[in-house]
Amino acid sequence: MEDCLAKKMEITVSEAEKRTGRNAMNIQETYTAYLIETRAVESQSEGQCAPVDSLWRRYSEFELLRNYLSVTYPHIVVPPLPEKRADFVWHKLSADNMDPDFVERRRIGLENFLLRVASHPVLCQDKIFYAFLTQEGGWKEMVNDTGFQLKADSRLKALNATFRVKNPDKRFTELKHYSDELQSVISHLLRVRARVADRLYGVYKVHGNYGRVFSEWSAIEKEMGDGLQSAGHHMDVYAASIDDILEEEEHYADQLKEYLFYAEALRAVCRKHELMQYDLEMAAQDLTSKKQQCEELATGTVRTFSLKGMTSKLFGQETPEQREAKIKVLEEQIQEGEEQLKSKNLEGRDFVKSAWADIERFKEQKNHDLKEALISYAVMQISMCKKGIQVWTNAKECFSKM
Amino acid sequence: ASSAPKPLPSSGPKSLREMPHPLATSSSEEMGPALTPSPDLLLPRSIADKDLSLPNGTPVDTSSPASSSSLLNRLQLDDDLDVETRDLFVTVDDPKKHVCTMETYITYRVTTKTTRAEFDLPEYSVRRRYQDFDWLRNKLEESQPTHLIPPLPEKFVVKGVVDRFSEEFVETRRKALDKFLKRITDHPVLSFNEHFSVFLTAKDLNAYKKQGMALLSKMGESVKYVTGGYKLRSRPLEFAAIGDYLDTFSLKLGTIDRIAQRIIKEQLEYLVELREYGPVYSTWGGLEVELSEPLEGVSACIGNCCTALEELSEDMTEDFLPVLREYILYAESMKNVLKKRDQVQAEYEAKLEAVALKREDRPKVPTDVEKCQDRVECFNADLKADMERWQNNKRQDFRQLLMGMADKNIQYYEKVCVT
Repeated sequence: MEDCLAKKMEITVSEAEKRTGRNAMNIQETYTAYLIETRAVESQSEGQCAPVDSLWRRYSEFELLRNYLSVTYPHIVVPPLPEKRADFVWHKLSADNMDPDFVERRRIGLENFLLRVASHPVLCQDKIFYAFLTQEGGWKEMVNDTGFQLKADSRLKALNATFRVKNPDKRFTELKHYSDELQSVISHLLRVRARVADRLYGVYKVHGNYGRVFSEWSAIEKEMGDGLQSAGHHMDVYAASIDDILEEEEHYADQLKEYLFYAEALRAVCRKHELMQYDLEMAAQDLTSKKQQCEELATGTVRTFSLKGMTSKLFGQETPEQREAKIKVLEEQIQEGEEQLKSKNLEGRDFVKSAWADIERFKEQKNHDLKEALISYAVMQISMCKKGIQVWTNAKECFSKM
Repeated sequence: ASSAPKPLPSSGPKSLREMPHPLATSSSEEMGPALTPSPDLLLPRSIADKDLSLPNGTPVDTSSPASSSSLLNRLQLDDDLDVETRDLFVTVDDPKKHVCTMETYITYRVTTKTTRAEFDLPEYSVRRRYQDFDWLRNKLEESQPTHLIPPLPEKFVVKGVVDRFSEEFVETRRKALDKFLKRITDHPVLSFNEHFSVFLTAKDLNAYKKQGMALLSKMGESVKYVTGGYKLRSRPLEFAAIGDYLDTFSLKLGTIDRIAQRIIKEQLEYLVELREYGPVYSTWGGLEVELSEPLEGVSACIGNCCTALEELSEDMTEDFLPVLREYILYAESMKNVLKKRDQVQAEYEAKLEAVALKREDRPKVPTDVEKCQDRVECFNADLKADMERWQNNKRQDFRQLLMGMADKNIQYYEKVCVT
């Protein structure tokens, strides 16, 4: 097992704070800052605790970090950030970024992000990442100095461009297809889940009305009064219980969301590969055509139609010296091209190797995490039902005493 | 003679005419207005007095008089009648559809088992349709105007909305009809009503009905207890209280009915979403390799939850709501009886005044009226107490039902097979 950062260092995002400040355009804005605390995990002798380092970061800095990582490690499935805006909300939850529940869930999500990066065998060794955790001032400049921004722009363009690859790698095509499907199915799931939560909320809350009516009714009854009154109380408890239940369920939704975004990261890797493949094919094509040209010039045969060929036929052949010069240039280019092609091929092979390694790692992680998520979801459901049983049993007892 | 009949030892059913009638020797003057029993004291009076007649002179149908002793036997305070002391059992079952040229209708089998001497045979089995039940109820109301007659399920159903021949509807109705007859059976006076006996035993009820109709036309519409025009001086607090109680009671039940309907509606909408939710897991399972089993598992469980929820909603609709509505109807008919009682009292007061003014010697009529009033009071109280107990049991049943459903829900959830 690689010695990743997570093993050497405790990382938490412990607090969130509302701040106001002036942004780049000198406009006042409100944002939330998050406190990152780190502590070295050393063998604690005599119960001594290592000192805690801490610094504040805001969401946009997290975004910057992630962009940097995505560009610098294109073959890695980079862990995703928690969502920027509240999405897939069910009715009661607000879609407001300043809402304390949302901020809290985001805090957890950011911590999760840092832990994921820190436990990744490759990413955890990155210096910029380390600086993000430990160096408060000048980090932004440090990141920009790496010049990743240029690569980022071209990468962004590439990801959105459409092109056709002649010999696509089947594995990557399948994987890209899978990531598309996964994104689609998880977002569908999250949407329906939100609706289910909405409805369930309604069912529980209406039961609260029973509480009120039973109370009113008990006022006019003699023997039945006490029983009705206490049963009504249980109905109120039942109605109130849904709030906690659904809050817990949000955690499950967040776990699903993480993998929804992970799917995007997966897709990005596939696209990158596609891009490389295309690049390779173009380079190879270019080389082939140059070789052909060379051959034609050397042998004087025109195998393919070319304007140059036509013009030279019309306006007279070139001088042997001119031809020699051209051939020389081409030969140089061919040499370059072959070297480039070789390195591109190597690059490609390396990419595929390391990408595939990371994909396997990701697959295992995904299966493990999702299994756990499903289990805890089931456990949540069971506990919800047990609570239901409890309440109704209590109510039943009250009724039996009427 | 004592002002209150002493409770005779429980001696089981006897020929009622053998019992000494406690009121037989007492003079009518002693039955004064002071004898208003408290609701807790079950002091039944007999209406076997030959002098009893309705204010307008028509004789009250007292073909099955209940003497105080046998009444008390039945009105023991721990009122859930033991099977051993009961001598009449009635069941409604086996609905069948009949298609005739003029109409299509359902009949139900009414089975009677009895050891009562009034019945020639120990067992009877006849077929009756809703019309017959309705007829019976009307007859009971006419002949026992001072008693609370149990309600029938609603007569008219909007043809477009409800399928009169659907299994659920027929079953709901059957249960209600069964309950109706059982309530009459349990009633110390109503169960001895002649019309009731005929209903249970006659092969051709229609012939009897026609006979009754003929008699009715002789007596005219006066059997209907509509004595208008008398103004009530003062309603005894007790009845005012009962009236208020019934008003609030119906109101609350109505609210509960609405709440229950709303819950069912919400549950059904929840069900709709759940039905979409489950299959998505299945789709996802199709994408995955290692996760496909757990995902399929979740999908299946959600499916099971849907089924359980469906059952819950169905049960609520079929068992809970109809009983609520029944009680609302019951409250309505109770209020009507209260109004009649008021009328009777008003008439009594008016007549009393007339007597005082005219100095006519007509002691019997007011007294009879008074007796009626006492009757109503007794039975009102009695039935109210009964109703409480019935409600108690009904509620237990409902909640057990809901509990059972919640349990089923849980069982299905627990089947979630995630490794």
